[in-house]
This record gives sequence, C-alpha cells and structure tokens, in this order.
Amino acid sequence: MTKNINLTLKVWRQKGPNVKGRLETYYANDISTDMSFLEMIDVVNEQLTLEDKEPIAFDHDCREGICGMCGAVINGRAHGPEKGTTLCQLHMRHFSDKDVIVIEPWRARAFKIIKDLVVDRSALDTIIQAGGYVSVDTGGAQDANSIAIPQEIAELAMDAAACIGCGACVAACPNASAMLFTSAKISQLALLPQGKPEAALRAIAMVNVMDKLGFGNCTNEKECEAECPKEISIINIARMNREFLKAGLISTVK
Amino acid sequence: MQLDGKVPGGHISEKWDKYRFDLKLVNPSNKRKFNIIVVGTGLAGGSASASLAELGYNVKTFCIQDSPRRAHSIAAQGGINAAKNYPNDGDSTWRLFYDTVKGGDFRSREANVYRLAQVSSNIIDQCVAQGVPFARDYGGLLANRSFGGAQVSRTFYARGQTGQQLLLGAYSALSRQINAGKVTMFPRREMLDLVVINNQARGIIVRNLITGELESHDADAVVLCTGGYVNVFFLSTNAMACNVTAAFRACKKGAFFANPCFTQIHPTCIPMHGTFQSKLTLMSESLRNDGRVWVPKNPGDKRPANQIPESERDYYLENKYPSFGNLVPRDVASRNAKEQCDVGKGVGETGLAVYLDFEEAIKRDGKNVIEKKYGNLFQMYEKITAANPYETPMMIYPAMHYAMGGLWVDYNLMSNLEGLFVLGEANFSDHGANRLGASALMQGLADGYFVIPYTIGGYLAGTSRKDITSDHPAFKDATQAVNTRINKLLSINGKRTVDDFHRELGQTLWNHCGMARNEAGLKKAKEHIKGLREEFWQNVKVPGDEKDFNQSLERAGRVADFLEFSEIMVDDALERKESCGGHFNEAYQTDENEALRDDENFCHVAAWEFKGENNKPEFHKEPLVFENVKLTQRSYK
Ligand SMILES: Cc1cc2nc3c(=O)[nH]c(=O)nc-3n(C[C@H](O)[C@H](O)[C@H](O)COP(=O)(O)OP(=O)(O)OC[C@H]3O[C@@H](n4cnc5c(N)ncnc54)[C@H](O)[C@@H]3O)c2cc1C
Ligand code: FES
Repeated sequence: MTKNINLTLKVWRQKGPNVKGRLETYYANDISTDMSFLEMIDVVNEQLTLEDKEPIAFDHDCREGICGMCGAVINGRAHGPEKGTTLCQLHMRHFSDKDVIVIEPWRARAFKIIKDLVVDRSALDTIIQAGGYVSVDTGGAQDANSIAIPQEIAELAMDAAACIGCGACVAACPNASAMLFTSAKISQLALLPQGKPEAALRAIAMVNVMDKLGFGNCTNEKECEAECPKEISIINIARMNREFLKAGLISTVK
Repeated sequence: MQLDGKVPGGHISEKWDKYRFDLKLVNPSNKRKFNIIVVGTGLAGGSASASLAELGYNVKTFCIQDSPRRAHSIAAQGGINAAKNYPNDGDSTWRLFYDTVKGGDFRSREANVYRLAQVSSNIIDQCVAQGVPFARDYGGLLANRSFGGAQVSRTFYARGQTGQQLLLGAYSALSRQINAGKVTMFPRREMLDLVVINNQARGIIVRNLITGELESHDADAVVLCTGGYVNVFFLSTNAMACNVTAAFRACKKGAFFANPCFTQIHPTCIPMHGTFQSKLTLMSESLRNDGRVWVPKNPGDKRPANQIPESERDYYLENKYPSFGNLVPRDVASRNAKEQCDVGKGVGETGLAVYLDFEEAIKRDGKNVIEKKYGNLFQMYEKITAANPYETPMMIYPAMHYAMGGLWVDYNLMSNLEGLFVLGEANFSDHGANRLGASALMQGLADGYFVIPYTIGGYLAGTSRKDITSDHPAFKDATQAVNTRINKLLSINGKRTVDDFHRELGQTLWNHCGMARNEAGLKKAKEHIKGLREEFWQNVKVPGDEKDFNQSLERAGRVADFLEFSEIMVDDALERKESCGGHFNEAYQTDENEALRDDENFCHVAAWEFKGENNKPEFHKEPLVFENVKLTQRSYK
C-alpha cells in the first residue's frame, strides 16, 4: 500500500576532495513509499534549490540497477538495507515514518571524494585496463558457433560477468579490497575457452595493478558478497587465487 | 536542396563489398598521424574507438559518465539480432533486410539496411571472441529467441542483460587500447560545441564535469556516438544523462537533423505512478514471447485480474492480429494499448495500463522455465511495484523509448558537414519510422566495428585538410560562446527549477507529439514550447558555481537544448502529412486505424538545417528509393 512518510536525513556534505566534510541534517517530508531512494533525494534537492542552497551531489544514471553509477552508504550499509539491490532500485516502502537515515559516500583509500556523495572510482577502470579483456582485434573472428561451450560453464561465466562495477564491494570491505570486482572479471574470462590462452598473464597483471592502486587485502570478511547488489559470489575470489597461483607456477612471464 | 545519400551503384547485395574495394586506403604507417575524436562510449562509440585504435589511429574518446562502461547501452535487456540462421527456421541476410525495411515502415535507406543485415553475423562472431557470455542451449551452442516484429528466431541474448554484456565487450576492447596508449580516455566530459573550420569538423569544446574547466580538442575527424534524444519527453526509458546536446550543437554548426519526429514508444513499460517519478522502466519486449496481453472486455471493469473470468477478457492483439499476435511491432502494440485505455478498458489505479499475463506460460512450461528466461525481469518488476508477476499479471503501459531520428548521414555515416561522422542511435539511417526490437544494439555495433573503420579511411585519404591546432581562433570563439551561455544560465536566478521546466516540456510533447498527433495539437505544442523557452531564459534557477562539479548546471544546459530542439521536432511532425511507424497523425489512418502512408508525397527523409533561433529551420529532402523491397501497406494480421 502506498502511503506518505516523513524522514530525517543526515547527509555527508563535502565541497571538494581536499576540504573537510560533515553530516548535515535535512527533512524529507511527505515522501511517497512508491518513490525510489534517488527520487526521494530529487525531492530534497528541488527543495534545497528553491531555498537558495546547493543540492546534494550524487552519481546516478540508469536508475534501473545496471549501470553501476549510483551508490552510497545508507545507515552503514552499502546501497542500503535490501539484499541484491542498488540504491536506485531501493524503494521508500522499506523505510518507516520518522526514520533517521544517514547517507554517506563510499569510503576507501583508492576512491577519493569528488563532492558530497560522489567519489572517483577510476581505479576500477585501471584494473580492467591492465588485462580484463581477450586480446582480439575487430574482424577475423571465427564463426561464433565453432566452439561449443557447455551451458553450465556459460552460466557461471555470466554469473561473474553480471558485475556492474559500482564499487560497493570495496566500500563494504573493512580492508577496502577490490578482490571481488577483480576476481569477477578474471573468473569470467578464465572460464571461457576464448579467455584461457591469456588467463595467466591476465591474473598477474590485474592483481599487480590492483595492489598498486591502494586497495587492501582480502581477509575473508565476506562483506563484499553480502552487500553486492548483483550478488556476485566470493567463489570468484577462490577462482582468481587459483588462477594466480597457477600463473605463478607455470608462467614464463616474469 | 536535394540531399545525396551517396549510395554506391551495383546490385544491393554487392554494393558494400565493391565500395570497400573502391575506398581509398590510408597507409598503415600514416594512420598514426591522424587524430580522431570519438564522443560517446556506448556500443557505437566503444566499438568505434577500439576498432579505430587497433588500426593505428590516435583516438581521443569522451563520455559524460565516470567510466566508459556506464553508457546508456548498458541498460538494453532483450537482445541483438543477427541473420545467422542457426535455428534453420528460414532466416537469411535478405530476410533480416526485408523485415527491417518493412518494420521501419519504408522510411529507411535500403542500402544502409542491407549492409546492416550483412555485417550482423560478424558482430556475433566478434562478441563471442571477446568473451561475451551469450545464452547457450544444452549442446553448448548459442541460443536464439524471437522478438517483436519477426517470425524467425534470430535474437541472441545474455539473460535479460544483453546490452550490458555487449557493452562490457566493447569496453574491454576499448580498455585494451587505452592500455596500449592508442586511446586517450576522457570521462566526465560533456561536449558543448563542435568546431568547424573551412566547412570541416575539426574539434570539440568539452566541459570537464569535475572542475568545470572548458577544454579544446582538435582532430582530423569527429565521430559522434552520443545516443538518442527521447529524454526530451522528460519521462522515458532512457538513462538520466541521455541528451540531444552534442547532436544539436552540431546541428547549430551546420549538420542537418533528419526525421526528428520519428520517436519510438515501447509497449512494455512499468506504468507511471506519481508526479515525482524521474524515469520509466522498460520490461523487455521478449516478455511478449510468453506473456499474453489483455484487458477486461467491459469498460470500467475494476475487478482484480484473477476475478475476471476467461470469457470476459479481451486478448486484443491475438484477436486483431492472428498471425503475429502478441509479437506485432512496437508501434502497433503501443497504439493498441492506448486505444484500449482510451475507451476505458485500461486497468490499475490510473486506468493507464494493460495486463501482460504469464499464467498460461507458467502452466505450459513450468515456473522454472519461465524463471530461467525472465527471472531477473520479474524480480525487477517486483522491486519496483511490490507485486509478484508469477502470481498476478504484470501491468504495462507504453513509454518513450528510442529515437529513430538523428543527424543526417550518407552511406559513409558522414553528415553533410565534412569530417563529422555520426554512429549509433545519434544518426537516423537504418530504422526508418519504427525500429524493430533487438536492432539498435546490432546497428550500434555494426557502425562502430564494421562500417566506420572503412569509411573514415576513405575520408582521411581522400580529402585535404589545413594544419590546425586548438590554438586556432575558431576554438577560442566557440569556447567564448559556451562560456557566455553558462554564465547566463547561472545568473538568471529565477523561481523555477530546471526539472520543473523539463517536466512541463515533456508533458506537452507527450500530449501533442507522442503516440498520436494531429495538426491542431502540434500547433498548440509549438506555441507552448516557444513560451516555455522564453520563460526558461528569464525564470530558471540554477544554483552552484561554474568552476565546480555542478549537476544542476549540467541539466540546465541539456534542458535548454531540448527546448530549442523540440520546436524542430514539432515542425517536422507538422510537415509530414502522413502516418508512418512511430509518427501517427490521426488524420491519416486506414479504416482499421492503422498508419496510412503517403508514398507519393512523403517517401523521403526530411533533413532540417538550423537557421537561427526563432527562425523556421530549412527543409531539405533526400528521396528514398525502394528497388528491392516493394512498397506495401504493412500488415501484421
Ligand atoms: C531500457 C532500454 C532497453 C533497450 N533494449 C534494447 C534491446 O534489447 N535491443 C536493442 O537492440 N536495443 C535496445 N535498446 C536500445 C539501445 O540500447 C540503444 O539504442 C543503444 O544502446 C544506443 O547506443 P549508442 O552507442 O548509440 O548510444 P548510448 O549507449 O546512449 O551512448 C551514448 C554515449 O554518448 C555519451 N554522450 C552523450 N552526450 C554526450 C555529450 N554531450 N558529451 C559527451 N558525451 C556524451 C554518453 O556518455 C555515452 O557514453 C534499449 C534501450 C533502452 C532504453
Ligand atoms: S543508477 Fe544505474 S545502477 Fe543505480
């Protein structure tokens, strides 16, 4: 049932990367429970604009849980309380009248704050650039059906490939590790015959870059898996470690 | 002026091969001397950037989002067409070509569509080689399904996330070239002007969205892959940042805008629920393969779906179109839904919805099968509406979805401005007046992987260009103009927010230039938009600073462009006195309420030249010739 609720928001406001930020209080009144969380922030921002104040900066684009652009820590949880849900797909029906909601940006050494809730996640792109691909140029690919891939392998690859690169795993991890993100790509490609030839090189290159970028280590806290909006499994981390070890043993790459 | 599409001679099936042979080549060692700007990293821009860099060109690529992986293409759900004929059900290059021309209601350019069908198979090969995890059958071979407007199964898919997987494939190829130093990537940049020198596109002005600085970038050619403009309607299925700015800025610099009134309404979206709504969510059209569309037979029947007996349900698509049934093309499905709601048979709280029912499919195939096919879509539906589609039928309603119109391009995908290429949804050429499902992904990747790498070489080798850098005065002038506009927007300090204006513009267009149009309504819309635009420039309130991360300012610039552009859209709709595909003018319909084309007078592309604010744009015509598909009244009965 649709109803309207009143909320108190404590939102992280920070002008830029090198200035101090703090939580500011705002009131979101008459919020329909059919709204998404971002629509609720839209309402607050319209209000702030008309009051001559600066609206809250936050990243978003698709608003249907697939682009990975949105994300914030809601009452201590990445993307909020619902399992398998991005912030844009979180609806206000999961909150109650008079709730106090604390909204903060992703916090991690490798993600600098740009403004308010907006952070710089370019380190994730840098990890992919290190090797998250099959080295094939356009043209000259053989017929798509010339290699059969068992259905369950294709499905496992797809499970890993579903990562949206939002960075929630990093934000949720006490060590701000990017293992789940990195392992998802390494797994997807290592599972598929097309990705096998480069699997060793890829694992070494991506893990090395990940370490250099200031992401922490994995100490098996499993917070990443719990908060991942696409429910990417930590089995991928085990798979990555296997690839990495194999790579170390057999690789001719120094 | 009559426009020349530069379609090469010869039989349609041989044109592209022969043309590729005739095109001038750039010597491999010379390629690194050429700089190419690509704006956009969706399927079109991502694939173009990677492929051009692989050839050896220096590529600079720009996008609005913080990462190239987040372009709007990521949201495509249903699938991508290719004439592989793996299921052996009668598909061929020729059939895909035929279906696409007919589906587009005979307003696309035959030669482009044929080429699209030809390269469609290469796209699937390329994507599989990149590691795109398409759905497979038990034998491990690629699975196919059928999609709206086609009677063969030619759609490849990756669960309900096909766009995501294809885009991540292109993004991986792009990332590889960034790593190789052949592409320089500029994320969080918005193109705000095109720089034209000696009638050739030579660069762009972008705003760095983090610092607010304006930057100048020069090049030998500019490739726009900036997507579609249906966010002009405020509510649409497009991502929030989708805009017309890049294309419209190019239009103001001389590029013609083709068929702007051809917009597509998607029949299966989640109905609207309140004024605060920021966007509409699509439910993939693939659902129509198993879902049955119905409304109560009696207007005003407000009983819940499960209390309406079979005999009192009207499966209107199956009844009216026995051979295509629920799989009729989008324009037909959308218009029929509207018709049902207009006569009071709509369901749900607002009466602006029809049912999409899976009961029979679940009975027939079992819940597991349905879950495997559509699980993530059902889940998404439940998240948004809090209703469970395994138990009660979904409610759907049409929403604005796709722009068939776009910048005019010739067979090379070059606009009338030399050196300005336009790919993907941003151009106009392949879908005519209506796009068939699963063909936008195909077109974006065809343009980027397999067309532009050839045609841009022909341009670079075949034309002479002056040596310029971004110190050229044209860059200074353009920067100055952009700057003036930004300062103006920030200084108005009026009483209405940007979104408030945008919402009003969208409502006006939806009412008068949406699913059905008529002359009186269009004229009213034009007047209204003009007034709204004037008010915008006096009464908008844009908070924040110029040299800062400022999302209100970003949106203000986009809405200002939408306001100007929408007048051209309405002009185009007024000028096209016929109905075709997504452009349904109520004055032109058959006895059975189908779109009635006028091939004698309107078998052409309408391309509009900008003539200054407050002046009517100038009309240019590219006649369309159909030599291979006979012009007929479309029938899906
Ligand atoms: C919900 C949904 C589902 C869909 N499902 C399907 C489907 O199943 N099958 C199918 O074939 N089609 C589908 N489509 C259509 C298809 O997804 C799009 O038409 C296609 O992805 C467009 O690709 P593109 O590369 O042309 O543009 P986009 O993917 O829109 O990319 C545009 C790029 O340009 C950049 N850009 C835009 N403006 C500027 C600017 N001013 N400055 C700098 N950069 C700019 C953006 O940052 C972005 O990188 C769907 C569309 C939607 C909305
Ligand atoms: S806005 Fe795209 S995932 Fe949330």
